[in-house]
This record gives sequence, structure tokens and C-alpha cells, in this order.
Amino acid sequence: MPAVQETVDRVKRIDVDQYRYGFETLIESDKAPKGLSEDTVKFISAKKNEPAWMLQWRLEAYRRWLTMTEPTWARVDYPKIDFQDLYYYSAPKPKKTINSLDEIDPEILKTYEKLGIPLREVAMLEGVEPKPGEQDPNRRKIAVDAVFDSVSVATTFQAELKKAGVIFMPISEAIREHPELVQKYLGSVVPTSDNFYATLNSAVFSDGSFVYVPPGVRCPMELSTYFRINERNTGQFERTLIIADKGSYVSYLEGCTAPQRDENQLHAAVVELVTHDDAEIKYSTVQNWYPGNSEGKGGIYNFVTKRGDCRGNNSKISWTQVETGSAITWKYPSCILRGDNSRGEFYSIAISNGHQQVDSGTKMIHLGKNTSSRIISKGIAAGKSQNTYRGLVTAHRKATGARNFTACDSLLIGDKCGAHTVPYIEAKNSSATFEHEATTSKISEDVLFYCIQRGLSQEEAVGLVVNGFVKDVLQQLPMEFAVEAQKLISISLEGSVG
Amino acid sequence: MVLLEVKDLQVRVEEREILHGLTLTVNEGEIHAIMGPNGSGKSTLSHVIAGKPGYEVTGGQILFKGDDLLEMKPEERAAKGVFLAFQYPVEIPGVTTMNFLRTALNAQRKARGETELMVPDFLKKVREVSKSLNIPQDMLKRGVNVGFSGGEKKRNEVLQMALFEPSLCILDEMDSGLDIDALRIAADGVNALHSPKRAMVVITHYQRLLNYIVPDIVHVMSKGRVVKSGGKELALELEASGYAQFEDAA
Amino acid sequence: MNVAVAKTGNGRAVSDLFASAEGRLPGSPAVIAVRREAFETYERLGLPHRRIEEWKYTDLRALVGEVLPLAAAPDAAALKRAADAVKTQAIDGARKLVLVDGAFAADLSDVKALASEISVKTLRETLATDAGLLKTPSTDAVIALNAAMATDGVVLSIADGTQLSAPIQIIHIATAASASAFTRSQIVVGKGARATIIESFVAAGANAYQVNDAVIISVGDNADVAHIRLMDDAPDAVNITSQFVTVGANVKFNVFNMTTGAAVSRLQGFFTLAGEGSELSVNGVNLLQKTEHGDTTLVVDHAVPNCVSREVFRAVLDDRAHSVFQGRIIVRPDAQKTDGKMMIRALLLSDEAEAYNKPELEIFADDVSCGHGATAGALDDSLLFYLKARGLPEKQAQALLIQAFVGEAIEQIADDGLREHVIGIAERWLERRP
Repeated sequence: MPAVQETVDRVKRIDVDQYRYGFETLIESDKAPKGLSEDTVKFISAKKNEPAWMLQWRLEAYRRWLTMTEPTWARVDYPKIDFQDLYYYSAPKPKKTINSLDEIDPEILKTYEKLGIPLREVAMLEGVEPKPGEQDPNRRKIAVDAVFDSVSVATTFQAELKKAGVIFMPISEAIREHPELVQKYLGSVVPTSDNFYATLNSAVFSDGSFVYVPPGVRCPMELSTYFRINERNTGQFERTLIIADKGSYVSYLEGCTAPQRDENQLHAAVVELVTHDDAEIKYSTVQNWYPGNSEGKGGIYNFVTKRGDCRGNNSKISWTQVETGSAITWKYPSCILRGDNSRGEFYSIAISNGHQQVDSGTKMIHLGKNTSSRIISKGIAAGKSQNTYRGLVTAHRKATGARNFTACDSLLIGDKCGAHTVPYIEAKNSSATFEHEATTSKISEDVLFYCIQRGLSQEEAVGLVVNGFVKDVLQQLPMEFAVEAQKLISISLEGSVG
Repeated sequence: MVLLEVKDLQVRVEEREILHGLTLTVNEGEIHAIMGPNGSGKSTLSHVIAGKPGYEVTGGQILFKGDDLLEMKPEERAAKGVFLAFQYPVEIPGVTTMNFLRTALNAQRKARGETELMVPDFLKKVREVSKSLNIPQDMLKRGVNVGFSGGEKKRNEVLQMALFEPSLCILDEMDSGLDIDALRIAADGVNALHSPKRAMVVITHYQRLLNYIVPDIVHVMSKGRVVKSGGKELALELEASGYAQFEDAA
Repeated sequence: MNVAVAKTGNGRAVSDLFASAEGRLPGSPAVIAVRREAFETYERLGLPHRRIEEWKYTDLRALVGEVLPLAAAPDAAALKRAADAVKTQAIDGARKLVLVDGAFAADLSDVKALASEISVKTLRETLATDAGLLKTPSTDAVIALNAAMATDGVVLSIADGTQLSAPIQIIHIATAASASAFTRSQIVVGKGARATIIESFVAAGANAYQVNDAVIISVGDNADVAHIRLMDDAPDAVNITSQFVTVGANVKFNVFNMTTGAAVSRLQGFFTLAGEGSELSVNGVNLLQKTEHGDTTLVVDHAVPNCVSREVFRAVLDDRAHSVFQGRIIVRPDAQKTDGKMMIRALLLSDEAEAYNKPELEIFADDVSCGHGATAGALDDSLLFYLKARGLPEKQAQALLIQAFVGEAIEQIADDGLREHVIGIAERWLERRP
């Protein structure tokens, strides 16, 4: 497996700074005044030229939010967030309306180049030669929506996608251009009143991606969004809405990075997925927000609500996540299996090192007949981190023939960390078949010794074993991401063995 | 005397018709072989005779000793003398083979209005039969089929056949997953049980099993019907020329 | 958030429960002060409900509503009924200690025979001088209520090296309808001692009664203890039992719980492995029918290295029964080489039965081997068909598979006689199924 060798090489090249995305881009930005009020909400809505219904929707969410209290049930520990000490809107200052990529601030383009994210379609096309035997070079194209702080700065391949009938654009544009679709689906999976952070997001979200795949269309390329928090003291509240209409298919990837900062930054996104009859959405995340330094200072609070609604019969939603970043990751990408024969999947690798805290998992809510779900979770705790899998599998009375298989494995590296498993399993009809298994173990000394005896360093050996441990999940990622994710895994475990 | 009469049997699974009017008559003491390619409906026939749920009989009749078999529950068919040796015998953890054998035997006897077998008589009988089939005693103390090899599972089926003394034995793909030695032991067990009152229906894809259990009559099934019947030489003919010639006949 | 419910569903003030019982609660003035403090804790928290994480699936406010008034001391007629119940419940050869409606019944107990081997006292006697037994390290409202209201219990001390010649059977009998019994017992097992302790919960004439029991057990190094619990309460009863077990080094402690009755039951066990090299085995079977709600909630705390814990639980659910299993294995930072495994399975025999499983791992040490498994589902159709094809009628085929299913837990009982006794309970339960 050449990627393993690459991982090993990459680890060797790393010096003091383990977080390679920790640089800051110096650009002028346009910010809302600090703090949160109805005026902030109106400011954001006005900046986006939103129609009145959208502002009304936001204000209702804001008023609701004022009545809510922060949830505290997760196994995560952090000082109380001062919601008045945040900026809720920050955008790179535009010189004028942008018509092409060339007009984007070159500093931003450089940022994405540094992150290895291709925004130039031409370069992208030239760079990828079809492999021998690969019939369709288009299959390897990836359309990218880049979100910098609060706004989308570029979306590639829009024209080509349009030809296929696929709408892929910043949600701020979709609100103006496709209000009927947005009004129909926004908040229909994660209602504005869902939870504290989702409600906050509903009030102040500034941008994100919108995808609509029309009936019968197989999206001709992977869609992807790269999120970058740059500005200091800024919360990022993006909103993603993906709709796969009858018989359609789309694969969507998101990546996240942020500069190194001493203070914590809040990221409270909402992602809503809807699949109609026979449709499928595959949603992959490689989350690598800044995790904080070795003393646990700084880092992103990643408090995200992600939920998919298998609304149609025979529809499918698959979540794959590789979580290596953030000071705190607190999220449960979930599936509501409403349509008969619908299927939900959750594949997760969550790695925590240093002082990171993870409380993540999924909810599989079986409502339709003969629905099935599969959960594969791999948690790896190192350093002084705490890593919790929390999951719910429930079959309602009418969900006859529901099936779930869950496997949660945890690996501990070092004796200062914790790995926890908290599954909730609720069978409310006798024809539901649930199987759950969980294990916690350490890397076998014998295996490590065997590798070391064959010439690997301790760290290389750990990287090798961990890559084997997470292989089932890595296989679920699109190829380009799998290689990247494999590198990330080794990097995040840097310094975990002494 | 006629033992089993299958008349114009039509069977559906979910929406698909698998058997399209199958007819078969088995007399006491006869050994029948049913051969056919995969998907021809051989196993469906055996399941329907035994009463496995999930099959919808849309037409036809099955008479066993003159009674309507389709009106009976699976356990009533067993008590009446229908025995299906499963292609894949299930594993039942926690139920020891010994306990299972005794419970099943007595349930059948009770259903027939016979007295239950006393423990010493039962043990004696099990020991005799298991010895002849080369089944070690410790196997009987383990959960039914749990951790058994493919050969052991099939021998356990033959053991039950010997104990329950059915009048009709249906052997569903008995040779699947068995090497030659295991096959010979199982076939010897079956042959020992052959008697003028007991009929055997041997379902198999391959001719090799019929080297060990020699049939009186061979039927060829294709696409849910019996398309040809003949003597044991028919099996050899199939071995040489394959099933293709019968595909069209169906 | 959770302000005490000042009044219960029947309009009775919660504080009346204590005020009306205070004169009958044994203990010195110092003990009464401890009780009052415990009751204030209970009053502040109220009955546990679904927003309390540990009680998420057993919402006592919804299921029980209110705590019934303290049962009166049993009269002659009650003791007569209890005596009859003892005859049917007594396990051959065991020495009995009987509690009737929360009061120790010396006449029904084998105190003399027991006193030759161990020290036997009652809670009532102990509280005359010492409030220590009412203090438990827990913030649970039900346990606080038990401390406030406990009327009696047995306080047993088994000296170092004692090999008990016969099992001890503690029999809880309810004769008073529409009343609550609060009991609290302590069992101290000395180093190297060997004991078998059976606890039985039964009704004699009463139906809608409530039991709130607490047992505090400490086990010395190298001891070997088997603990069997048989909860066979009346169909409308409520039984909440809290168990605190602390074991020393190289101990073998084996618990088995069988629940076959009560409208609402909960066994909450808190086990601490405080000495190295010990083996803890906690197992159980819940056989539930009608609208019964049976909850088993366990916390196994590996505080030291090199211990083994095993949990095997089975729930069989008929009609509209609900089962809850919550099991947490905690491995503390220094508890290296811990081996902790848990397997819980629920069998749903009816479309309206519900099973809630929440197995948890909380692990702070790296050199461990821990795991849990949980399944829920119906009887396997292919197994049922195989048995029917061999001549077994539906009900008998089901019974055979259910026996095998619960057998995996029952076989953890080491003593042949007790294991057969428990198998018999399961068989009779299966025979009663329509």
C-alpha cells in the first residue's frame, strides 16, 4: 500500500508544528459589529440581499434562540462561551462584484493553493490525466465551493453542472435564485427550533453550499466544499442543504481548516440532506480544524448539526467522516429512515490527541418498513484527549423488519487519555433486528515489536497499525480523500508515543 | 403402495413463480433422485413438502399417505413421517443435541398418540445409532450443530433420520460441502436406513452422490418442472452431456 | 430545573410521607437528623424521571406516580400469611432471615442456627447507636428516600475464614396492600470466607405494594461469594433495589438476578473492584409479560489493575412488556490489564414489546481488553422451522429456544442445585405462557 509509505514520509518531514494549515491570510474584511442582536441578524440578511421571508425566518430563529439554554449533556468540557464577544459575519472585502475567478483577492486564491485545493478549473482539468483504461476523465473532476470565513468565494464547474441540471451554488445565491426550492426544504430536516446551536445557526448563517440534483440525474462529478475560518474572534455558521430528487445520486465532500490562534473559535454549522424515492447522497467530511496547541490552548469548537432525511422509498444516505481536528468535536450526523426500504450508513474515524475532546456518533431513526442501517465507528484516543462515541439506534413500532448493525472500536494510545462508548439501542417492535458490538483495546505490543524489528520506528509502526485499524472506514471515502485522510491520521497522531 | 403424490404443483416466492405444475409420485421402498441445474426449483420442492414458510402454493396438491400435506403444520408432517435432511442444517446454540433429539422424538410420538420413550431406552437407541454413524458421544452434548464440521452436520441429520424412523426421507443436496470420505459415511448411513416401507428422495446437482445412493428412478428438473424421468442410467447420461439439452424441453 | 413536586398525583404532600412515618422510624436523635437530611435530598429531587440520564428509560413519575405511605408493622394475621409464604419460598437447606413489610420477623427466621457461624443483627438494633449504615455515597433520589425511611434490615458479619455450611436466604415478604416497605441491609464478608446468599422478594396476599430495598456488601480479600436474587413480586408491585458491592483482592463474586414479577422493577447495582486479581461476574434474566417494566442498571467500576468482570444478561419480553438494560464498565486511569466484557440480549416475543439497551464503556487506561455486545430481535425463524420440521409444535419449539436463550445467563450460576432451581423458575414461566 504506497499510501502507507507516503504517510511515513510525511510524518518524517514534520517538524515542530504539527498543524500544517495554521497560517493566517492577511486580507481586508468586512465585518458585522461584534455581538448578537436583532440588528446583527438584519445586517447579515441585508448584506446578502435576502428576500423578506428569509429575514423573517432568521428573526424567528433568533427570538427562539433567546429562550434556549446551552446543552451540557455531552462529555466535553469548556469555559462558557460569551456569545456577545463574537463576530457573526466576516467577509473578504470585495473590490466590486466578482465576475470571474481572476477578480478574487489573490491572497485568498493563494490560501486555497496552499491548502492544496484547486479552484482553477483549467488547471484542474490539465492536472488530471485519465488513467489507462479509465474511460471517462470527467469522473475525476471535482467541483469546488470555497467558503472563506462567512462567505462563499468561488464555486467551480457551475456551467458544466448546469448542463446536467445540477444546481451547485452558494446558499446565499440559491435563496435569491431558487427561492421555491430553498423555502420548501430549508429547515425541513433540522427545524429552526431543533437545538441551541442549530437555532443560532438559523439566525446568523451567512453562507454555505446548496445542491439540488433533479430526478434521474447522476451528478457527473464529485461536489466539494472547503471551509476556511480565517478572521479572529469569528464564529463560522455555514448552512448546507442538499436535495437528491427521485432516482438521483450525488457524492459530496467537505474539508475544513483554520489558522492557529490562542483563543477558541466557534463553528456551528447545520447540514440538511433530503433524498426522495430511489435517490442516494454520499456525504464525506474530512474535518481538520485547528485543534489547539500542545497545552490545550486555542482551537475550534466544532458544534455541528448534521442530519439526513431518507424521505423517499428505497433511498439512501451515507455519512463518512474523518475527524482529526478541532479542540472539541460535538456532532452526530444522523439519518431519519422514513421511506420504506431506505438505508442509512455512518462510517467514522475520530482521532483525538493533545487536549482534544470528541463526543460524536450518529442517530439512526427507523420509521419506515424494512429500513436498514450500518454504523462503523473507529475512535482513537492519544495524548490527554477524551474520545466518546455516542449513538442512538431506534426502531419505531411501525418500522417492521428494521435492521441495524453497529461496530464501535476504540484504540487507546498512552495512559492519559480516555475512550468511551455510549450507545442507546431502542427496539420497539419484535421484527427489528439489532446487533451492536464494541471493543476497546490498545495496540498490541507484539505487533509493534514485530514492525520495529523489521525496521520501522515506533511512530511508523503505530501509523501502520492505526491505518489498518481504520481501513474499513477509509475505504468508504472517495479515492482522493482517502489518501489525504490517511496522511492526516498519521499527522494527528504525531507525538502520541513516547 | 403410493406414499407421496405431488400433482401439478405451482409455487410462488414473493412475486415469482418457481414451480410451474410439478408432478411426482413416490411409492414405498423406492429411491428417487431429483437432478437439475441451480435454480430449477429442486430445493423449493423439498421446502414446500416440509412446510417451510415463505412459499405460496398457488395451485396443485401434495398427498402423503393419502392425506393433504398442505393442510398440515410442519410439525404434523414430521410426526406423520416426512423428514427433510437440510442442505444447511442450522446451528442452535444452548440446546444440546441430546436434549433436542429426545424432545423432538417424544413430540412426534406424542402427536402420534404413542407413549414417550423412557430415558434408558432412548439413550440406548441414540448410542447404537451414533456409533454406527461414527458420531462421538461428546458431540451429542454440544449445542445442535454448533461448531460441527460440514460432515458432522450431515451425519447428525442421518442420526435423526435413524432415530425418528420417517417413512419419507428427502435429502436436500446432501453432498454439498462434503469431501469423499464424509460423503461415503453419510451415504452408508442412508443406505442402512433403506427399507421396503421407507422411500428416499435424493435431491442433487451432481451425479457423484448417486454412486453411493443408487436410485430406482431419476427425474430431471428444469425451470420448475420435471422434464424427464428414467432409470439410473439417466443420471450417467446427464453426467456425460450436461443439463443444456433439457433447458429447451422446459 | 427540577423543582420538587410538592404534591403527588393523589394530592398528598410529599413531606407527609416522612412526617407521618417519623414516629415509627427507628434510631437515635442523631440518626433521625441523618434521615431528615436524606429526606430533604429526596424532596429536592423528587421521583426520578426521564430527564435524569440514569433514569431515562424508567420514568418513575410516569410509571409509579407517587410513593405509597409506609406499611404498618405486620400484625398476627400478616405474620401468618408470611409464614405460609416462607414455606413455599424457602430453598432446601438454606437458613432463613425474613423481613415482613419492612420489619424483621425473628420467629420466622433461623437466627439461632445462623448465630453459630456468623454475627446477625437487625438494622433497627444498629441504628440505636450508629447512623453509619444510612450513609451511602450516592445522589440518587430513590437511595436517599431509602436512607430516610428504612425501617429494618439484616446486618450480617461473616468472620475471616468462615466457610458457611449452608446458604443464607433473606426473604422479603409483602403482606400490606397500598403501602411501601423500606429495607436496608448490610453484609460484611471477611477475608477468605466462603458464602452463598440468596435474596427472595415475594408477596403474601398483597398486590399493589412498593419495595425500596438497599443492600451494602463488602467482601474481604480471597473471599468467594455467590449471590442469587429472585425477584418474584406481585403483578402490580413496584420493586426498586439498590445494591452496593465493594470487593477486595483475589475475590470471586458471582451475582445472578432473576426477575419474574412486578409491574415496575429496577435492580441498580454499583460494583467496585477495589483489590487486584478479583473476578466479578454479574448475570441475570428478566422474564417479562403483560405491561411489566423491568430495568437492570449496573455500574462496574474497575478502580485497580488486573481484575476481570463479566456480565451476561438476557431479557425475554412478551405482550407489552418493556425491558431496560443499562450497564457501564468504568476503567480508572491506573486499572491496567483490566478485562471487562458484557453481553446483553433481548428477545421480543410480541410486536408490542420494547427493549432498551444502553451498554457503556468509560475507559481511562490503555492496556485493557474491554467490550460489550447488545442484540435485540425476535426468535430466529429458521431455527423455529428446523425444530418444527423435526416434529415440535410451535409453543414447544419456542420454549426450547427461549430456554437456550436464557440458559446462557443461567449457566453462570456455579451451584448445581441453585442453577436447577432457577431453570425451574424459567420453565414454569414458559409453561404459563398462553
